[in-house]
Amino acid sequence: MARVVVQEGPFDAAAETAALTQGRTDIGAVASFIGICRADDGLSAMVLEHYPGMTERALERIAAEAEARWPLTGCTVIHRHGRLEPGAPIVLVLTASAHRQAAFESCAFLMDWLKTKAPFWKREEAADGARWVEAKAEDDAAAARWSRG
Amino acid sequence: MRVLYFAWVREKVGRAEEELSLPSGVGTISQLVDHLAGLTPGHAAAFANRATIRAAVNQDFATPDAAVTDRDEVAFFPPVTGG
Repeated sequence: MARVVVQEGPFDAAAETAALTQGRTDIGAVASFIGICRADDGLSAMVLEHYPGMTERALERIAAEAEARWPLTGCTVIHRHGRLEPGAPIVLVLTASAHRQAAFESCAFLMDWLKTKAPFWKREEAADGARWVEAKAEDDAAAARWSRG
Repeated sequence: MRVLYFAWVREKVGRAEEELSLPSGVGTISQLVDHLAGLTPGHAAAFANRATIRAAVNQDFATPDAAVTDRDEVAFFPPVTGG
């Protein structure tokens, strides 16, 4: 059962990794991904809106899919919402397994699916105004590469 | 029925949520959009380009032909951009 959290505040990647591996001797690999707010085109902040309730359900479903596809011994997904400034971490994905391939692949899968199947919306603030980020075709393509026959 | 709006759909409609009773003849997401688009100029603006709108019924993504009833929670929003 994955640990899924949607929160406004920051996360502690080191503490989350330690919690995933503490007392375990069957884990040979932990893969981690941290998404960070980037200062593109004079961006001063990003505001992440989400759908409370559905967001948690969607993330839990995506994590369950990863656990069904790979032999994971642990999985953590933490996604922030609210106002985030450049340099601030947005999302943390940790996957643990006996071997690295399952950890690497499931971590990439979780991020690709999360971007297209979890109800978050980004609004970028800059000196010249604010705008909603549009969904990208390349994100749909990245998610589609995991589809099964 | 409880209807929720997110992101620029919320901004155009001018509210985050509303309660409404389904008129007769409205049984799908697509028919609900037709009904909502006629409520106010804000709703009309929000639903002007339906290709840019996504929906959920009871917190699951739903297609335009999905059934809706008075007991459902329905949400409308743009394509998601998390991660």
